[in-house]
Amino acid sequence: MSAVIENHHDEHDHGPAKGITRWLYTTNHKDIGTLYLWFSFAMFLIGGAMAMVIRAELFQPGMQIVEPEFYNQMITLHGLIMIFGGVMPAFVGLANWLVPMMIGAPDMALPRMNNLSFWILPFAFFILLSSLFMEGGAPNFGWTFYAPLSTTYAPPSVTFFIFSVHIMGASSIMGAINVVVTIMNMRAPGVTLMKMPLFVWSWLITAYLLIAVMPVLAGAVTMMLMDIHFGTSFFNAAGGGDPVLFQHIFWFFGHPEVYIMILPAFGIVSHIIETFSRKQLFGYSSMVWAMLSIAILSFVVWAHHMFTVGLPLAAEIFFMWATMLIAVPTGVKVFNWVATMFRGSLTFETPMLFAVAFVVLFTIGGLSGLMLAIVPADFQYHDTYFVVAHFHYVLVPGAIFSIMAAVYYWIPKWSGNMYDERLGKLHFWLSFVGVNVTFFPQHFIGLAGMPRRYPDYALIFADWNMVSSVGAFLFGFSQLLFLFIVIKTVMGGKKATDQVWEGAKGLEWTVASPAPYHTFSTPPKID
Amino acid sequence: MLLNLFNKTKRNIFLLALFLLVSPFMHADWFALNMTRGSTDISNEVFELHMLIFWICVAIGVVVFSVMFYSMWAHTKEKNPVPAKFHENHKLEIAWTIIPFLILIAMAVPASKTLVKIYDDEAGDINIQVTGYQWKWQYRYLEDDVSFFSNLSTDLDEIYNLVPKGENYLQEVDEMVVIPAGKKVRFLITANDVIHSWWLPAFAIKQDAIPGFVNTAWTIVDEPGIYRGKCTELCGKNHGFMPIVVKVVEQDEYDDWVFTKKQEAIKLAELTTKEWTTAELIERGESIYEVNCVACHQTSGQGITGIFPALAGSDIVMNNKDRNIEILMEGVQGAAMNSFSYLSEVELAAVITYTRQSWGNAEKGDGEIVIPKDIVDYKEPKI
Amino acid sequence: MKKEAKRTLIKLVVAVPLMFAFGFALVPLYDVFCEVTGINGKVFQSEYSEELVTDDGRSIAIQFISTNNENMPWTFKPSEQVMKIETGKYHAATFYVKNTTDKKMTAQAVPSVAPSNAAAHLKKLECFCFEQQELLPGEEALLPVKLLVSNELPSNIKNIILSYTIFDITDYDEEAIAHNQMAME
Repeated sequence: MSAVIENHHDEHDHGPAKGITRWLYTTNHKDIGTLYLWFSFAMFLIGGAMAMVIRAELFQPGMQIVEPEFYNQMITLHGLIMIFGGVMPAFVGLANWLVPMMIGAPDMALPRMNNLSFWILPFAFFILLSSLFMEGGAPNFGWTFYAPLSTTYAPPSVTFFIFSVHIMGASSIMGAINVVVTIMNMRAPGVTLMKMPLFVWSWLITAYLLIAVMPVLAGAVTMMLMDIHFGTSFFNAAGGGDPVLFQHIFWFFGHPEVYIMILPAFGIVSHIIETFSRKQLFGYSSMVWAMLSIAILSFVVWAHHMFTVGLPLAAEIFFMWATMLIAVPTGVKVFNWVATMFRGSLTFETPMLFAVAFVVLFTIGGLSGLMLAIVPADFQYHDTYFVVAHFHYVLVPGAIFSIMAAVYYWIPKWSGNMYDERLGKLHFWLSFVGVNVTFFPQHFIGLAGMPRRYPDYALIFADWNMVSSVGAFLFGFSQLLFLFIVIKTVMGGKKATDQVWEGAKGLEWTVASPAPYHTFSTPPKID
Repeated sequence: MLLNLFNKTKRNIFLLALFLLVSPFMHADWFALNMTRGSTDISNEVFELHMLIFWICVAIGVVVFSVMFYSMWAHTKEKNPVPAKFHENHKLEIAWTIIPFLILIAMAVPASKTLVKIYDDEAGDINIQVTGYQWKWQYRYLEDDVSFFSNLSTDLDEIYNLVPKGENYLQEVDEMVVIPAGKKVRFLITANDVIHSWWLPAFAIKQDAIPGFVNTAWTIVDEPGIYRGKCTELCGKNHGFMPIVVKVVEQDEYDDWVFTKKQEAIKLAELTTKEWTTAELIERGESIYEVNCVACHQTSGQGITGIFPALAGSDIVMNNKDRNIEILMEGVQGAAMNSFSYLSEVELAAVITYTRQSWGNAEKGDGEIVIPKDIVDYKEPKI
Repeated sequence: MKKEAKRTLIKLVVAVPLMFAFGFALVPLYDVFCEVTGINGKVFQSEYSEELVTDDGRSIAIQFISTNNENMPWTFKPSEQVMKIETGKYHAATFYVKNTTDKKMTAQAVPSVAPSNAAAHLKKLECFCFEQQELLPGEEALLPVKLLVSNELPSNIKNIILSYTIFDITDYDEEAIAHNQMAME
């Protein structure tokens, strides 16, 4: 892969170094963005392979392929890898590529830290994955790792899990600090805050969320480590601790984390819809305010993940109302996207298809989220497949579709080549059908009463589980097509113009395609 | 347009794939689409609430998506080559902030009311302590001193697809919770090891069972019948294999049941003083082993290398009767082996004897059996 | 690097350990929060208070529950299952324990109150759960609780559950080390 991209850049005066050292020592935001994106793609495929194991086991009732013990390891690693290895690094990769170009900065503010924050990631996931081969197996307590299952009752590999979470956290925090410093200080003259592209805004807010909550996650796993090895009792009732406290701390991190995985998607989709509507984005400032209020509200809703732990009535009611409130700014965003399209001049190239699918399917996920906020109904939904369907709707056709849309949208700028539109559309339709066939029936399975994290199930759930598995295989294997399309585009193809898309606006479209190794060494002039 | 991509054979393959994709829908169980209507006032109310929010969400979806789809159809570049210029409209923006807000209030008010009813906490006519164990439930009837474990009764052969699966596959237990119809029953839910969660959809009860803490839930069920539920908090390996079955019966049948349970307890106490033969102990022990031990130590007694030690050929099981009893009574600190001291003396003696007599252990070891009296002695203080 | 950029960087770098510390601060904050609201049914020791004692109390029932956590072989049960009490008066109850093993053992009882909004109104003057219990082989004991339910208990609550789970903490320090020895022997 490295050889390919080098060819494009060799002619430039300040071109990259050659060979592997280019990638090891690089401090160039574009190189690091590329590294992040490829890394997250690799993790996406590994996590996806685990999802295939899960769906294969659930294809029929009865235990066929794996044992329950290994099944639990699969669901745990699938969740951790997709969240911390798939979605988050992909967004960081996009931020690296795009933020400096969008604000007219020559590079990220802290290039050496940028290199470090990427290169510790592979180690984190190497450690996490190696736990599969340890005695007692990989972590098997779910990605939410509730104590005491993850402390007193955990397999020995939990220590390695904690270590790897620490590394992932450090990487995210460094990445976030870099983004904030870049955005706050390196904007070209004239790029005021309220003139910043929405992707930059979404990342600024995301970065603040990361800095606020990743250390809390680090604190939670540190407490676990101390409970396991140093005889403390943070989460152990016998020593005066409280297992529910773990859940409070975890979800204090966990809920903002949910928005960390969706806010950049909001930014991406806003750009794409604006471009392919050939019309200015509707309600720019309300978009910014909506994202800010979502981010702030995300700190006061965490206990909606814990409605069944036995909270007092007042707490249940507070968290229900606060959670429902989030629907207001989220609704505003959806309405703005629709209003942007309204009376636009629409075309549906692959990025736009993904973006439109994002709006529809994310809204479905949002509406099921609203249902989950209703406490009495949540007593029936909680920890069933209804929840699984809900969060996969916001994460797969939400976050992941937005990442794919971004790749199709910006890859001409990155590689200088247009992707194959026919293949791109095929990839979209296969993914769209696959995602819906996989996750829509999970709503039914959950409502009918199947709890999540079950390796085996009663016979009434059999039919829809089979449908869901078929969809999952379709979706899973379609992603190999995506891999092929990306490689094909990087290798060659129709040359992209500098503008690429007729309706595209923004500084990144003013530079050559492919984007030179160094851009905006002198700040651009903004009207 | 998509189909134009393919020649004829490829198109046929595509249609075949489409058929394979769609065909499961045709066989799908259409009844398993929605939440089942509840069996109590509260669970009915929750069901109505669920349907109310569901239809509101559908309505919101229809409105938003129809505008969007209309736009996708009417405002393409071909039909509308010159895009409009508007990019804000304050009245519209205020409207779509306030209207959703009002809709949310319309949803949250009835939800809060139902919640208040659920939280109305008075003493029950019957109080049952529910304790989650890895991986079974214990029920203690506080007023009647009746106590038992409820284990999954589905055969392992069904799970491993060796025989056809029964109607209540994974939803059946060896001993059901019995409660009387029309009475207020309060469940006091806690756990012994990790967090579990006691869910009975028909009663709309889902409460986490947390070690060291007690959560409460109550219900009044008018209709006698059998109601099934599940554990809904990941609690380890057999999380999916610890169902809940509640049998609601008329009051007089309930009184009979309680009486029988008490008699059984007395009979069990007598059993411990009876003379037991090795064969009797082995026979009884085998069934106990299958319920309590087989998940980890396996039918073959071989365990799982690196996680669960083998009993076949174990020095303790062959030659060290005292330590053997001690392990079952105390568990092993820091290992997956819990204490089984909650089993009766007879059950403990039987299962230990079974392991000491099986898999060639008796021939290779001292072959000693354990009788209920040994367990009683173990429990006696030795000063 | 520009001066302002450095300033932003320093602020953010300082924020990280602060948020890390905040994660730990949640632990005592949660305890305080629980003590005030009784949110997790925990009850802390309270001083004797003349003000709480009144004559116009109402009659409620306290139901005692005992649970042995795993690997805890002791006999542990309330002397009475249900106790009728008056709010605004101190009452005493006992739990019976016996160490049924042939080893000296240490135990810790962990209390829990349901419904949880009753916890704030339950005042414990004395409770065996405030300290560890050490019993010799075969030793038995009656463990005391002295409590008062204040008159401010919400009127819809007529029945309070006071549950104790007893944990074996004999090998508490060694437990951490033993934990990783997954094998049985």
